Amino acid sequence: MFDLTPAELEALRLSVKVGLVSMLASLPVGFALAYLLARREFPGKSLVNGLILLPLVLPPVVTGLILLMLFGSQGPLGKFFAETFGVTFAFRWTGAALAAAVMGLPLMVRAMRLSIEAVDRRLEFASRTLGAKRWWTFVTITLPLSLPGIMAGAILSFAKSFGEFGATITFVSNIPGETQTLPIAIYSILQTPGGDGPAWRLALVSVAVSMVAIVGAEWVERRIRSKSA
Amino acid sequence: MSFDIDITARRGAFEIAATFRADPGITVLFGPSGAGTTSILDLIAGILTPARGRIAVDGQVLFDSAARINLPPERRRVGYIFQDARLFPHLSVRANLLYGYNLTPPETRYAELDHVVEVLGIGALLKRAPLSLSGGEQQRVAIGRAILASPRLLLMDEPLASLDEARKQEILPYIERLRDELKIPILYVTHLGSEVERLADVVVEIAAGRVTGQRQT
Repeated sequence: MFDLTPAELEALRLSVKVGLVSMLASLPVGFALAYLLARREFPGKSLVNGLILLPLVLPPVVTGLILLMLFGSQGPLGKFFAETFGVTFAFRWTGAALAAAVMGLPLMVRAMRLSIEAVDRRLEFASRTLGAKRWWTFVTITLPLSLPGIMAGAILSFAKSFGEFGATITFVSNIPGETQTLPIAIYSILQTPGGDGPAWRLALVSVAVSMVAIVGAEWVERRIRSKSA
Repeated sequence: MSFDIDITARRGAFEIAATFRADPGITVLFGPSGAGTTSILDLIAGILTPARGRIAVDGQVLFDSAARINLPPERRRVGYIFQDARLFPHLSVRANLLYGYNLTPPETRYAELDHVVEVLGIGALLKRAPLSLSGGEQQRVAIGRAILASPRLLLMDEPLASLDEARKQEILPYIERLRDELKIPILYVTHLGSEVERLADVVVEIAAGRVTGQRQT
């Protein structure tokens, strides 16, 4: 219905891929961090919390710059990932996913943390007295009861990733078919004369995708809540 | 089967020092709210850790500070019925009942689902969600869930306190039947004389964390 050109379709496809990959990759990291922050006291806890939240308040261009410094081909972490896992980020879609994941992490961790904190620990004690080891209590009680927050966190992260612009363009630039996600494509089109018509079309596409994500998130959350409450 | 308890622990404002023995039948821990009775149950269940002392069942040690033994709650086989039923809200009544049962090795089980369901009269509730049950029904399911884990000792922390009078009268016969059917000690915390009179085989009086008296009824 939007009648997209192949280049625009490519940008949409790339945005969805970046959004999904960054969300899936941040799920385990985000949950581990959320669990740590919700349940454990350790030295430097507020520092860790601050570092996670930092991308939320920093200008995205600064986050992109820091990513470039750390994960660029000459950056310490960039070299480490290239040598150990054979994964490079600079000017590649993987870098766009990394930028999106970093930008989405604060939202994901916050949603998950709140929902882990809301799990009644007395239910976990009850489970232990019934013969469940710590990890089984985690799998059968803590995890399912914090599922609404995990889902909400995942969808927030996807939504953020899907629309990420500043950190992505700073870190991995604007390469059609590789790093040119939907918002960057819109920005590029606007730079050309007479571009606002096509730009609007793409803007409507991103509104549609975001709405589907948000409504879907609400629906999933309601379903889980009505099942457990 | 009998339980020997001899523990001390620091809990906020006062020290808990509890020494008593629980034999099969109902031993009531009788003391006002805030006397440390719930803490004593938590210490026995392994939710809290005593500073010093020893907890043993028929010679098997669950906790011994001198020998550095401290079994985690899941290895103590101590059933716990809380004041609020604490059913798992995301599981059906049936799944709640079988939660501990499935974690108990078959050779140590002495309780079976069909019998427990019949004794507690909860057959019609099996498919329901815990939060759709009345308080009395929830507490009956919680009792069944604890028993189906085949515990060696049953802790009951004011299990009737959050129920109205009619519900209490509904549950009391079940507790009496448990006492008569199960061959395990039941530690029952209450601050109500009426429950002591009706249920207790032995009364251990607790005040400010200490045992102040013990008598047969």
